Amino acid sequence: MIRFENVGLRYGMGPEVLRDVSFSIEPQSFQFLTGPSGAGKTSLLRLLFLSMKPTRGLISAFGHDTSTLSKSQVPGLRRRIGIVFQDFRLLDHMTTYENVALPLRVLGQQESDYRSDVVELLKWVGLGERMHVLPPVLSGGEKQRAAIARALITRPELLLADEPTGNVDPSLAQRLLRLFIELNRLGTSVVIATHDLGLMEQVDARRMILSGGRLAIHDD
Amino acid sequence: MTTEQAMANERRAAGQEPGGQAEGRRASASPRKNKASRDGKGGGRRRPPGDGLRPSAAIVPPQAVAGRALTLVVAIMSFLACITVGAVSVIDEAANAWSGDLVREVTIQIRPAEGVDMQREIDKAIALAEGMPGVGSVRALSDGETRSLLEPWLGGGLDLDTLPVPRLIEVAVDDPDIFPVADLKVAVGREITGGSLDDHSAWTERLASMANAMVIGGIAILALVLWSMALSVIFATRAAMAGNKDVVEVLHFVGAEDTFIAREFQRHFLLLGLRGGIAGGVFACLVFLVLEFAFREGSGIAGADQVDALFGGFSVGLVGYLGVLAIIFIVTVLTAATSRYAVRSHLARLE
Repeated sequence: MIRFENVGLRYGMGPEVLRDVSFSIEPQSFQFLTGPSGAGKTSLLRLLFLSMKPTRGLISAFGHDTSTLSKSQVPGLRRRIGIVFQDFRLLDHMTTYENVALPLRVLGQQESDYRSDVVELLKWVGLGERMHVLPPVLSGGEKQRAAIARALITRPELLLADEPTGNVDPSLAQRLLRLFIELNRLGTSVVIATHDLGLMEQVDARRMILSGGRLAIHDD
Repeated sequence: MTTEQAMANERRAAGQEPGGQAEGRRASASPRKNKASRDGKGGGRRRPPGDGLRPSAAIVPPQAVAGRALTLVVAIMSFLACITVGAVSVIDEAANAWSGDLVREVTIQIRPAEGVDMQREIDKAIALAEGMPGVGSVRALSDGETRSLLEPWLGGGLDLDTLPVPRLIEVAVDDPDIFPVADLKVAVGREITGGSLDDHSAWTERLASMANAMVIGGIAILALVLWSMALSVIFATRAAMAGNKDVVEVLHFVGAEDTFIAREFQRHFLLLGLRGGIAGGVFACLVFLVLEFAFREGSGIAGADQVDALFGGFSVGLVGYLGVLAIIFIVTVLTAATSRYAVRSHLARLE
């Protein structure tokens, strides 16, 4: 699905934040991405999401060499990937419902076609009563859940989540993890970047550990 | 279906709902949903009761676009453009009227000379002119009319026999298309002693040159005004893009193409351009109507008589008002197209 070969990344003239990173994300796989703060987890997620290009090495996404992708091809590939950012990236002028429905609007779907799906997903993540609310009045956990719902609404082939349980209570963290596992069981590949050892211990999944810009992989 | 199934399974795993109940509810709901999706109807029926969702907000918040100030700029630019179009149409119509009047009349002038019988030359000239095709009437100015013409300079009680005063013959042309001005000019020069023909072509040429210069100047002003407006829109679009950086980023993250993002911005600027264009156009039309009324009434406006003499009354015709409509359309399209161009070029620069 996605393959990295000897990928390196540096910002400007700075040191390499990722060095000789090689791995592949297989269809229907589940993996955690972990490592100390500043190890490059978010940078690696951004590379996976095609929002950055590596300074060296090869990245292949859904059979396309990303170095040869034209700008117009990127949105089509991004639609096959859902991403949950650590800082949520919700639009403050849109309600929770509108934020979650945004990917479907971008796809050109009519609201009458997606309304019930969005409402149902919001109810499931516990935001049924908060769907009319603007993000600035949501708590951190609620924003997190809205961001996850937005990433899931288009049923992506690959789900990338950056600290998805960082702002939620343990019980909701359990529910979110179970959702990720179910999504994976039904065919979605999942990459969860997290510091939460407790979360990782609940699932026998591949662990990708970043340290000093290098990646070590521990298969389950 | 993947997400829905995962949600249902997770519910069962969490023990929140009995699996059979959840599945049963889903099974009973799905056919309705599928039918609604197929026939494209039933959105209202599928809406959960009391969800109270507002109409979807614009993806680019309207308040983030420099709306009011830019609308005012567009309105002012549209007003100036409409005024320019109106003025050009007035000048163009007046110039056409001048040209039309001038070719409908020529003047034969006979200068007195030693031993020449003026009356005989006048009669010869009248006969010559009357023999030309397209001529309506030929009339020599009487002594009284000649005295009246000279009175402002030479005073009253003038004795024309004591002065070498040229005599004038007015030739009114009925059909300028067949009237041979050049032939008459040659004939008068050859057959009438001291005779010459003034077809007012010098005036016509000067007026035409002046009118053309003013029309070209007007078009240049119009182009500059529209160019200034386009630049204002480009700056405003860039400001809007900078102010909505988060929106653009999120749209990229959810897989929006540049054309979609450009369309979202363009929609705002299209409405803004339409509002500004209409405001400027309507105000310009009001100004035209007020000026027309004021000049028609001649109510104490300095120079109203001169304007009336020059332009035959200040009146913006149908062409001028159609020009205003065209300006509103151009301003709207130009605003939308310029913003689209600015967004696309901004997005093209983004990595």
